[in-house]
Amino acid sequence: MEKDGQKDKLIIKGIEFSSRLWVGTGKYGSLEEMAQALEASGTDVVTVSVRRVDLKRTAESLLNYIDLKKYKILPNTAGCYTVEDALRYARLGREAGLSDMVKLEVIGDEKTLFPDVIGLLQATETLAKEGFIVFPYTNDDPIMAKRLIDAGAACVMPLGAPIGSGLGIRNPYNIKIILETVAPRCAPLGCPVVVDAGVGTASDAAIAMELGCDAVLINTGIAGAKDPVAMASAMKHAVLAGRLSWGAGRISKKLYATASSPLEGMLL
Amino acid sequence: MRFLILIFPKWVHMRLKVNGEPMDCMAETVQALLQELGVKAQAVAVEVNFSIVSKKDFGAFPLKEGDQVEIVNFVGGG
Repeated sequence: MEKDGQKDKLIIKGIEFSSRLWVGTGKYGSLEEMAQALEASGTDVVTVSVRRVDLKRTAESLLNYIDLKKYKILPNTAGCYTVEDALRYARLGREAGLSDMVKLEVIGDEKTLFPDVIGLLQATETLAKEGFIVFPYTNDDPIMAKRLIDAGAACVMPLGAPIGSGLGIRNPYNIKIILETVAPRCAPLGCPVVVDAGVGTASDAAIAMELGCDAVLINTGIAGAKDPVAMASAMKHAVLAGRLSWGAGRISKKLYATASSPLEGMLL
Repeated sequence: MRFLILIFPKWVHMRLKVNGEPMDCMAETVQALLQELGVKAQAVAVEVNFSIVSKKDFGAFPLKEGDQVEIVNFVGGG
């Protein structure tokens, strides 16, 4: 790993990601604000949702604010509660012609927006066979992560906490176990693990990266901040710092003090 | 009426359901419908009766009375 983080590229199925911060495009005050936040985040991949075209044209088109030369488009299947719906949205998203990637969501419950992992596994298998590059949004369950990779997922995207909750990485130990569980399954490159959902502030993003995650996906944590552009910049630095810290190898935790200054040469 | 249709087929509107709304259209193909609605074909995807119509087929894909058409694009999302 390069110390400046510049040559530390993330590559998934041959696609090179220059940033380890992935950003959602929902919930901003305006599309101008979104564009500024994307710029400040330094990201090169943005998630989008598939929805009916506004035939009355009351709103501006999202893609007018996203430079396709700069950003990769990652369509999601947000709002889908069944395998059938998720497949339908994924296929429509690909047909729009900007990406073979899909951030696959099969939601199990309206209140928590937790994934229906059984449906997710089925949908992952189907879409992977159809040639999609599948990024499944899953629970922080190491066994399911393993099953998803075996079903053809290109990476796993465990939640840190419920979508939009800002609760941070609620179970860092599970994320750690997920990293260890999936790594040998895609040797020699390893299986990317991207924390998706729950990141509320910069330290949350840094924790995810310090654990060894390959990237972090944030939407509400940036879009919902009082100053989304400033928060996008904060998240960018947190992800870089967390990644560097992981590569640098932290000291082990000890219960008692170890003096930093030498005891030799002290005046008696 | 049949006589009129034969002579002036273009005067006859077709009733479709587009994005869930009933709509009278002149368009006879997906491409013509997009033009009629002023939708750019660039980053959209189209379903007719729950089957995806590939972009290359927009010009040739015929629409018929009662078809359910869905035209989607990308919006902000996480």
